[in-house]
Amino acid sequence: MIRLVAIIIASTAGLLMLLSPFLPALTSAGAQSSEIFNVIAAIAFILGAGSLVKVNLSRVGRRDAGWGYALVTLVCFAVTLVVGLGKVGVPPNPQFAATPWAGEKDAAGSAFWWIYEFVLTPITSTMFALLAFYVASAAFRAFRAKNREAMLLLGTAFIVLLGRTFAGVWLTSGFPEWASGLRLENLSMFIMQVFNTAGNRAIIIGIALGVTATSLRILLGIDRSWMGVGGGGE
Amino acid sequence: MGRVLSVLERLDRRWVFLAMALAVAGPILVMGITRKTLPETPTDASRAVFNAVQRLPRGSVVLLAFDFDPGSAGELEPMGVNLTRHCALRGHKMVFISLWPLGGQMIDETITKVLRADFPNLQDGVDFVNLGFQAGNEQVMRVVLSDFPRAFPTTKSGRATADLPILRDVRSVSDFALLASVSAGYPGSKEWVQYVVSASGGKLPMVSGCTGVQTPQLYPYFPGQICGLLGAIKGAAEYESLINEWVSDPANGAAMEVAQSADGAVVVIPPKYLEAQRRMGPQLGAHLLMVVLILLGNLVYLAQRRAQRRAAA
Repeated sequence: MIRLVAIIIASTAGLLMLLSPFLPALTSAGAQSSEIFNVIAAIAFILGAGSLVKVNLSRVGRRDAGWGYALVTLVCFAVTLVVGLGKVGVPPNPQFAATPWAGEKDAAGSAFWWIYEFVLTPITSTMFALLAFYVASAAFRAFRAKNREAMLLLGTAFIVLLGRTFAGVWLTSGFPEWASGLRLENLSMFIMQVFNTAGNRAIIIGIALGVTATSLRILLGIDRSWMGVGGGGE
Repeated sequence: MGRVLSVLERLDRRWVFLAMALAVAGPILVMGITRKTLPETPTDASRAVFNAVQRLPRGSVVLLAFDFDPGSAGELEPMGVNLTRHCALRGHKMVFISLWPLGGQMIDETITKVLRADFPNLQDGVDFVNLGFQAGNEQVMRVVLSDFPRAFPTTKSGRATADLPILRDVRSVSDFALLASVSAGYPGSKEWVQYVVSASGGKLPMVSGCTGVQTPQLYPYFPGQICGLLGAIKGAAEYESLINEWVSDPANGAAMEVAQSADGAVVVIPPKYLEAQRRMGPQLGAHLLMVVLILLGNLVYLAQRRAQRRAAA
């Protein structure tokens, strides 16, 4: 019975969202369902936080491999949550000077702003920057011309790598006007706009057809795997 | 030769890391000392972004979606800075939003760096506004299509959007003159195209700035649904060079006001507006090193294959 109710809710909401762009009478109802989705998503945030605490607490409790990292996660989570919800160190809002905690939680000078500026920003930037080192190492060890396809890939990579920098412009700037299409920066653009676009369009169309088929199966109640029961069709 | 190849074969990856560090640090130091940048040849895609902002009449309301976080700020922050600067120079009104939790802070940083520093006469709520982060991904996009204030009832600082002069004539997203999306992934430019631009029936022109990883995925939409595209830091540098070229042109009196030096005689581009072009230096070093490493790796591979054949014979 519960599953049937869930299927009816999903099908109704899905059909509403599907039809609202085409039927003006349903536009408002479509927007309303979007807002309901936002409320559900907000509840999911709480569930997600609860799950994070549960998983990491049990890891610390069992002294699993890497339990120290779980402890760091829990401490960081708790500190950020308390600092954000408690608006620790938030400067007063000039518009509502008499009202406590009226300032923005992430206003410059607040503890939350400090975490963002001096912890989160350097950490995420470092993580992203590390990619360059690992990609370089991987390129040296794994990017080998083992067959024709790999050679094609290698050639394309050279053109795009050089064409996206001043080196490409400098290397082929001596080419005459009639051969300007062979300049590395132009070849690089040609690869991006022709070969890449053709391949990506095929992928996009394929994905769209797959999404349509899967959505129809869910709307009609054929596919129930999203409820976490069984496989695809039942 | 054989000795060199055997050294390369056993090369510790920490040497590769060191080479990459030097390839990136070298150009940063050189460009920092000399204050020179590499010349840029703008592509059609970058030029189209410049033209899209340039063509709008003064006072047009532009929607700027900053869908990124500090992780991709290296590539995308200069795009956000230059889009904001270009809109301000052209006298457009700017509405900033984000569908990424940390996007609100990225917007605040850009507003502080560009608008508050160089355009102090612009008023919050009248000439620009930060509506901050809104959760819901595509659902937010669907709501802004029919009722923009409903999706963003308050600004980031808590003011009701209904009271803002800048949003007086905005009912739906189609009422904006341009959508500029700066995007690092999901939700981002691709979703703005699929859920908003396509659904607006061509009423909303859109330009996009995205990371290098996302660029190939967005090319299929250019120049149809997306009328201009900035791909990675290269695109940002091209766009920045176009703005600087325009600002440096003596014919653009209004633009010169913010770019002139204290004595009013020489056009001085502040370092923050050369950041994207400056970052092309480390990119050049890193790309050249990658090419060299791939060549060396293949040299080792060919030598190994030859040795195996000889041993088999």
